[in-house]
Amino acid sequence: MSGLTEAREAPAASPRRQAPGRRRFPRGRIGYWAASLLFVFVSVFPLLYALSSSFKQGAGLFSPTLWPAAPTLANYSGVFAEQPFAQNLLNSLLVAGCVVALSLGLSLMAAWAFGRVQFRGRGLLLMLILSASMLPQVAVLSGMFELVRFFGLYDSLGALVIADLVLTLPFTVWVLVTFVRQLPKELEEAAAMDGVGVLTLVFRVFMPLLWPAMVATGLLAFIAAWNEFLFALTFTLSTEARTVPVAIALISTASGFELPWGRIMAASVIVTLPLVALVVVFQRRIVAGLSAGAVKG
Amino acid sequence: MPEKVIRSTFSAVPLRGGLAAQRVRRAWWMAAPMLLVLAAVGGWPLLRTIWLSLTDSELSRLDDYAFIGLENYIGEYGLLASADWWQAVANTLLFTGLSVSLETLLGLGVALLLNQPSRLRTLLRAALLVPWAIPTVVSAKMWSWMLHDQFGIVNHQLLALGLIATPLAWTADPQLALFSIVLVDVWKATPYMALLILAALQMVPVDCYEAARVDGVPRWQVFRRVTLPLILPGILVAVVFRTLDALRVFDLIYVMTSNSRDTQSMSVFVREQLIDFGLVGYGSAAASCLFFMVALLSIVAMGLMRKTFERAAA
Repeated sequence: MSGLTEAREAPAASPRRQAPGRRRFPRGRIGYWAASLLFVFVSVFPLLYALSSSFKQGAGLFSPTLWPAAPTLANYSGVFAEQPFAQNLLNSLLVAGCVVALSLGLSLMAAWAFGRVQFRGRGLLLMLILSASMLPQVAVLSGMFELVRFFGLYDSLGALVIADLVLTLPFTVWVLVTFVRQLPKELEEAAAMDGVGVLTLVFRVFMPLLWPAMVATGLLAFIAAWNEFLFALTFTLSTEARTVPVAIALISTASGFELPWGRIMAASVIVTLPLVALVVVFQRRIVAGLSAGAVKG
Repeated sequence: MPEKVIRSTFSAVPLRGGLAAQRVRRAWWMAAPMLLVLAAVGGWPLLRTIWLSLTDSELSRLDDYAFIGLENYIGEYGLLASADWWQAVANTLLFTGLSVSLETLLGLGVALLLNQPSRLRTLLRAALLVPWAIPTVVSAKMWSWMLHDQFGIVNHQLLALGLIATPLAWTADPQLALFSIVLVDVWKATPYMALLILAALQMVPVDCYEAARVDGVPRWQVFRRVTLPLILPGILVAVVFRTLDALRVFDLIYVMTSNSRDTQSMSVFVREQLIDFGLVGYGSAAASCLFFMVALLSIVAMGLMRKTFERAAA
């Protein structure tokens, strides 16, 4: 990855000699292209290699060529046949969906309060919410375990929805507050003229206007819940209740000696491709959401 | 409700007396559901963890425990006397130091690449988001496969290039395992760092560069004396976020090397004690230590950032 530092120095080296624009241009460009290509290669290669391995079987797995000699779909059918992987996918989807809906709903209401109203304790509460996002997951693990057992949710998806909220709520609130603040205040005045209540204002006026921010925030929350591992590993026991990350981490062979790498790569590809597609399609919004959360912090 | 009251509820001009108070009351009602949920899933479990750390609670008899004070921390078999705990602390600090510094340097490089106006930009941004979006468990598995000692492509290529004479056991060798983990973390988290630094870069006003260009300042000097001081607060925020994140690392280490002592982080240690050994009190003590460490660091960082921001603003 040393090419990245070169790129920074390459454009810098030539203008020092005050060369005319025509000469320094190509040299900087070459450095830029080389660094960019190296960067794209390093970022994407592991996924490509996983994709390639997922089509290999038996001895084919042991030859590290990128193009499989005898492509096979056996790993893909095997993943679904040997364990409840379809159920695991559905579990992940259900958990992530519920977490996104709950986080967005709760945060949007709170975002009006924090973004629009000056009240005593507002700054302190916002600070507390921000610090909740720094909370190590294991620091709430034993307390959460009690809570889950108290509600009788152990080994069920409800436990994961509750637990994941502690990961998503802090940043969904934080990001939505920054966006709600940017809405023109005339909106509220117009809504007041029509005599609508706060809830109507938030869900009928703000939400449609904020949909780009909602999409970005929702995607971030979805990814966080979809990828969550520690709670899912701890609060589920049966293979049917597992989410996808846990299922992948625990894939093993009957003998238990060597891991079934072909199957693992197939499962990894199935889980990753939808995410990568989402991210590539919504890249602008995601970048906006990520930086909105951080710049204010 | 009279129309006048409704109108004032939303009005942005300063309000007097009852009307302002009513608006504030509404704000509390709107914030209450979120605050209650966050208190229930964050605050309460945290307090319970700290309380349980002062007891001899065990997983097999959760409701039957006794208060034992600081025994879990400073007792004869307490945390502070445990070599495994200190090993986990050392592993975590080494992992955090190495990965965050590498991610900052590389992230800065990538952010500068992405800040160049070019046709490549969309491709670069898409490539940037790929490692970020891949679940940690999946990237741990993908890299474990690539780093496999017998069949992995990394050993294969290094052998082919003659850089190593015998295959390396990337994840099994205690000397190497932590560095392999750092490598995967750098691959996965550099994009996040780069995005935050890029956001800071894009806020640098263009006239700063214009002025420097007109004066004929070399580009490296411009970077060092104009760009870097301006984006330093942004970099600092990113470093703090990543550091706090790296200190609680769990998924990557657990999937790549399981509970191995040589690479165990504090979070992995906590979960092993709590769940695998069923020592809820003792594990909670370790969890509380990690929490207090992170909390202390956040407070210090916030103070530090306030100073930097004030200097940047002045």
